[in-house]
Amino acid sequence: MSPKRSRFLFSSLCFGLAFLYIPMVLLIFYSFNHSRIVPIWGGFSLRWYKVLFQSEDVWAATALSFKIAFVNASFAMALGTLAGLALVRFGRFRGRTLFTGMITAPLVMPEVITGLSLLLLFIGLQGLIGWPAERGFTTITIAHITFSMAYVAVIVQSRLTGMSEDLEEAASDLGARPFRVLLDITLPRLAPGMLAGWLLAFTLSLDDLVIASFTTGPGSNTLPILIYSRIRLGLRPDINALATIIILAITTGVIIFGWIMLRQQRQREREMQQAALS
Amino acid sequence: MVERLQASWKLLVVLVPYIWLLIFFLAPFFMVLKISLAELRIASPPFTPMFGTDEAGATIIRLLFDNFRYLWEDSLYLNTYLNSLKISTSSTILCLLIGYPIAYAIVRSTPTVRNILLLLIILPFWTSFLLRVYAWMGLLADQGTINDLLIWLGIVDSPVRMLYTEFAVYVGIVYTYLPFMILPLYANMEKLDISLLEAASDLGARPVTTFLTVVLPLTVPGIVAGSLLVFIPATGEYVIPDLLGGGNVLMIGRVLYNEFNANTDWPVASAVAIVLLLLLVLPMMLYQHFQSKAAG
Repeated sequence: MSPKRSRFLFSSLCFGLAFLYIPMVLLIFYSFNHSRIVPIWGGFSLRWYKVLFQSEDVWAATALSFKIAFVNASFAMALGTLAGLALVRFGRFRGRTLFTGMITAPLVMPEVITGLSLLLLFIGLQGLIGWPAERGFTTITIAHITFSMAYVAVIVQSRLTGMSEDLEEAASDLGARPFRVLLDITLPRLAPGMLAGWLLAFTLSLDDLVIASFTTGPGSNTLPILIYSRIRLGLRPDINALATIIILAITTGVIIFGWIMLRQQRQREREMQQAALS
Repeated sequence: MVERLQASWKLLVVLVPYIWLLIFFLAPFFMVLKISLAELRIASPPFTPMFGTDEAGATIIRLLFDNFRYLWEDSLYLNTYLNSLKISTSSTILCLLIGYPIAYAIVRSTPTVRNILLLLIILPFWTSFLLRVYAWMGLLADQGTINDLLIWLGIVDSPVRMLYTEFAVYVGIVYTYLPFMILPLYANMEKLDISLLEAASDLGARPVTTFLTVVLPLTVPGIVAGSLLVFIPATGEYVIPDLLGGGNVLMIGRVLYNEFNANTDWPVASAVAIVLLLLLVLPMMLYQHFQSKAAG
């Protein structure tokens, strides 16, 4: 590679990373600001963290968001894995095109459309069969499962495509029932992908504002809905403190997960090298 | 017997997610379509029923295309659609110009560095979208960090208005959607055969020629996937124009949201959604086509 071009690539990489990270670093920096006005520095203080911890609605919203995220991730993992299995291992079946379409579409569907359409469905169902009686936890969770399962399905699909069917075939040649093969061979091998899907579904749900604000009812504020209602009117130092906690928690989680993945990959490479040497 | 058992078991695997998606993904669109053909009324629900009875008692179906005519005739909606498309197209091009060299740089680095860089690109993707938009409010405000810096450096005397302008919306979209561009590009470039590049330069091709004739054509699938992943959601974006554009930037996602929540005009909001969906159905099908080609 010519040095001129590698310098260009290196500087665009630096620019890109700076662009992605400087705003977040500043956000964290100002959370330790004593001043009420965010961009004016008034000395180091933990004042806004104290305000945050004393705020009951923040706690309530956090609890609701985590509850939704947990239930959503578990359902989305189950449904998404089934969908992924169906798409990769079942070949052609009736209605496959529609199925594929319904799996891929939520990945790119504008949130306002998904949110509006689900709300209209819930309202229509309420008029027709009386369920859901009120909107809140259940309706937001159903809405989240619907788009999260698509992400899980894509992850499971890509893992399954890369997996050979030899082990499954060997097991069924030895007389294992299809359900046993799924339980003892396929699912354990899929586990890392399913875990990644669960984590992604969990984060997507914690993060969603638009779909949740369409499908929620009075009194059910998730964390993003609460944050949004506050920052619409401008900068708020207590939101900076909240943002810092969220960003640091997610960063720690992603780094731990990434480190585990990296270690597994290195071990695989070492094993392959040893196998090649012997 | 085993055959039958296997068949019914397979059926269950397909049917559970299938039925879920039919009820909670496909059926809602028909609700939107139905309400978009109704008329606003002051009642609960705030729209006229599709099936009514005429004076003689016979069932009639009421389909009204007035909402769509209204969208077409009111220049506000037309301009908003066009402006949304303009903003999402330009942001997609900007993301591509910034993201392409970054993805290429990641592919050309050593495996360890590559993993760390990938983690650094994925990390913002996992971090709250809303908070990342909020971070830019602090940077772009009149008394924000960028204006402070510009005044301190003596480049300007008074704050430059950046927040609540179209510029801020561009920054917000490019910022939040950049990882969506970089990751598909990286996935595509990772499969590139480096020996092809070496062959080209061994045969005397200049780096620019190698890039234009070898690298660029081979990365078209990545470019298309990344561009669609930015373009489609950006067109219907609500949060970014609302927080960074304020009332000054017209984007269709924001109009839809306000039509529904502030004006409670469900029929018009539904018609806005249907037209937006029609605009995006082609790019979405294209995305699915590329997605299934990549998977199979």
